[in-house]
Amino acid sequence: MTRQGAYKESDDMLIDEPKLPQQGQIAALPNEFNPSYLKIYYSKLFPHADLYRWMSYGNDGKHPACDSSYLGRREFSYTLDNDIFVRYNTFNSATELENSIKDKCPLKIDIGPIYNLNPAHRNAYAGDNVLTPVERELIFDIDMSDYDDVRYCCSGADVCLNCWPLMTVAVKVIDTSLRDDFGFRHILWVYSGRRGVHCWVCDRKARRLTNEQRAAVADYFRVYKGNENNYKKVSLMGQVLHPFLARSYTEVLKEYFETKLLTSQNLLSSEERYEKILEMIPDQSIASELRGKWQESRRSSSAKEDINIVRWEQLKQLLQKHKAQGVRRCVEEIVFTYTYPRLDMEVSKHMNHLLKAPFCVHPKTGRVCVPINPNNCEEFDPTTVPTLIQLLEELNREGLRSDVEGEWNKTSLANAIKLFRSSFLQPLLKICKEEMESSYNAKLQQSKNLLSW
Amino acid sequence: MQVVRSHQSHRSFSSSSGSVSASPTLPLYRSAPELEVRLEDFESFAIDRLRVLKGISDGLSRGKKPDEMEKLVNELWKTNMRHQDSSQVLNKDIISHFVLRLVYCRTEELRKWFLSMESALFRHRFRNQTAEAQRAIMEEFDLPCKAVSNAEFESLKEKLGQVARSIGHNLSLSTTDAIYYKVPFEEVPELVTGRKVFINQGYAYVAMNQVVSLVATIFRSLLSKALILTNRKWATSIREQEQHRLTPIVEALCSSYLGPDFSQPKEYGEISLKDIDQVAKSSFPLCMRHLFEKLREDHHLKHAGRMQLGLFLKGVGLNVDDSLAFWREEFSKKVGLEKFEKEYAYNIRHNYGKEGKKTDYTPYSCQKIILSTPGVGDHHGCPYRHFGEENLRAALSRMGVNSRAMEDVMGKVRNRDYQLACTLTFEALHAAPCDAGINHPNQYFSDSQRLLKAKKDSSTNVVDASTSSMHRLDAGNLLRNIRGNS
Repeated sequence: MTRQGAYKESDDMLIDEPKLPQQGQIAALPNEFNPSYLKIYYSKLFPHADLYRWMSYGNDGKHPACDSSYLGRREFSYTLDNDIFVRYNTFNSATELENSIKDKCPLKIDIGPIYNLNPAHRNAYAGDNVLTPVERELIFDIDMSDYDDVRYCCSGADVCLNCWPLMTVAVKVIDTSLRDDFGFRHILWVYSGRRGVHCWVCDRKARRLTNEQRAAVADYFRVYKGNENNYKKVSLMGQVLHPFLARSYTEVLKEYFETKLLTSQNLLSSEERYEKILEMIPDQSIASELRGKWQESRRSSSAKEDINIVRWEQLKQLLQKHKAQGVRRCVEEIVFTYTYPRLDMEVSKHMNHLLKAPFCVHPKTGRVCVPINPNNCEEFDPTTVPTLIQLLEELNREGLRSDVEGEWNKTSLANAIKLFRSSFLQPLLKICKEEMESSYNAKLQQSKNLLSW
Repeated sequence: MQVVRSHQSHRSFSSSSGSVSASPTLPLYRSAPELEVRLEDFESFAIDRLRVLKGISDGLSRGKKPDEMEKLVNELWKTNMRHQDSSQVLNKDIISHFVLRLVYCRTEELRKWFLSMESALFRHRFRNQTAEAQRAIMEEFDLPCKAVSNAEFESLKEKLGQVARSIGHNLSLSTTDAIYYKVPFEEVPELVTGRKVFINQGYAYVAMNQVVSLVATIFRSLLSKALILTNRKWATSIREQEQHRLTPIVEALCSSYLGPDFSQPKEYGEISLKDIDQVAKSSFPLCMRHLFEKLREDHHLKHAGRMQLGLFLKGVGLNVDDSLAFWREEFSKKVGLEKFEKEYAYNIRHNYGKEGKKTDYTPYSCQKIILSTPGVGDHHGCPYRHFGEENLRAALSRMGVNSRAMEDVMGKVRNRDYQLACTLTFEALHAAPCDAGINHPNQYFSDSQRLLKAKKDSSTNVVDASTSSMHRLDAGNLLRNIRGNS
């Protein structure tokens, strides 16, 4: 569905746009955007060229090994106003991509897989299932609402600094494993705009994984198996933990649980909350002992030490010296239940799953889906992510000062785009180029070696 | 001889022209050998192998553990795949496999079953091979695994040991015993899934016993592709060419083993798991059929439903082990194995008088069932009483009751003569009178089975006499066609 319409000269539309919010009016405006703000965003701030270069994976050059059909076989889908959803948009050049986005102004852009043929031609072929995905990044989607049973500060769509550490934990655990265990290097973490994070693994090997292999990786990460019937949703069997779980526990989970979540979520401070944890202890006598202790101490709580920490120590003491391993292991199970990443399996398992593109604006919050640096993800603050209105205001302030980089460089989006480029895009494109050259040279060598007829 | 080529370009397989297989005792069935086989061997070899596969299928559905399965497979193989001429044992193995390919290539369901059983068989036989033979087979399959060097092993010993202990293997880690292979993680998804391997920098470190899994996966995928090709060949040429000779054998082989097994002594006094779906359709009264279908559909039944159906099945002849296997198979799909064992298995054994006060409960009679009061989410009770008219009509027509009989039945229902309604249904479906009337679901069942057996005994034998002629045939030619790569 590539369109080559006539486009208005983009500059004309913008600066004189009467709907551009004036300074001082911002406070009066709702925090959600309206479509005309999006138009400005796509016109001046959205990094079209970066998206194009990423999606091309090096095939946009002049090198003879470049596959000029590559980008055109990638599906993009748009969510337009009035909940209209348009699939199978494809583009063959940077200009087509940019113009389409500026023209259509989608509320959301999703990126799909690369198919065996250009999806625009899918109806030209007879037979079912003629269009099959051949490449797709390995993706993960972690959503805070999946943790509702272990966070008390918010629920559903809300997110705050008390529960955001759960996302930090998820990024740390998964990122480390993707790099150290699976050997992946080109990993992009993105804020989803409201209550979670997305992960894009873009190594060539990752892009070519089959559905079965993706499912295997997702299952390797899976620990939490919750449903309404189980009171115990994490079951860690075996004499010792698998090195991946052990490392996650000692390097990340334990610390976050004991120093952050225990207190910020008040996990043991009230009967309702501590019962949920006591329920997980297989030894009834220990659970009763703790219950008794805590019901008493309710009346006399020392203001010095946080009650959650005190109680956790008591719990650990009793459990860790038990002779049955299942009981001792309970400590880890509790920590895993309250901290270990909960992935959406379905997103990762299927090559044809669509995922929102980075740098989109979330319609409900107005926040931009900016990249997160896994190396200092603990510093990421979702409440300070730039919003569309904020960016427009910043643009306003900077006036017509030109910037060689682009308009975005005058705004808070600058850091996000720079991070995207330096930590992700540039290393990726470098490798793509190298791989392309080496495989091309290898082919040349091969054909030289073959005896000719 | 032609080279069988894989469809994945990164695996290039060596031609298997001269040697039959990498291992002297375990063929890989990559290509049909040049053999002549007698026509009756064509059939009997296949039947023997089918007994092995059926035995495996049975064992798996009973939830047998791996070491029990191992024993079972060995026994089955020893019992059925012998040959008086020891030099012919391998040929019997190969021929029977290829014949069964013909039989089981024809539908998706047949292929799936055959694939699962042959893979399970291969897996167990591979485990029992010598290390030499195993290595030879791995080479044949061109497995991209490299043995882990001593130096690397030393550096990873601790982690490898951890993984082993985490999955319950107490491997001794002396270098002679513990052979590890290094393979890209994507080659072993089933091991990655269960965190059964140590993974580092994109490589999975696979223990020798896990290598079995790898090899079995490749075997399975090769066989899967071969079956599709076989099917094509069968449909386009073989079936027609062989319509007077092999085709009837092949078709009889398939149906004679998937139908109900009336050769057992207590035919209508006892049913076994493999017959249960068949028998439910033909001989269960509507109340039990409904419960049975709901169980298959939802993988769950509430307590009253479990009692009504469970005791009925006991009365019908399902022994406690089969019953456990049956309920376990269904329930574990919904609530998982662990919960089944914890919460449901006990009650089943209780019904058989194996627990608690050890009362041997009797299956419910019609009267009791009619008087029960099913609520929301329940499926027990008597459908003639508890279903709305529309639902009842739909259920009866699904059973096969014609419209004339349907009106009679509905007439009885309106008069609240529920048992008479069921009797009329019985008569309509079996085209025979039931003078005594139906008073008990188990009576419906045994009457039905008696009638059906009587019918079968008087029907003619399917196999054509002319197919059991004694002349030799060039099976090699036929089997070569099966490969479909001509």
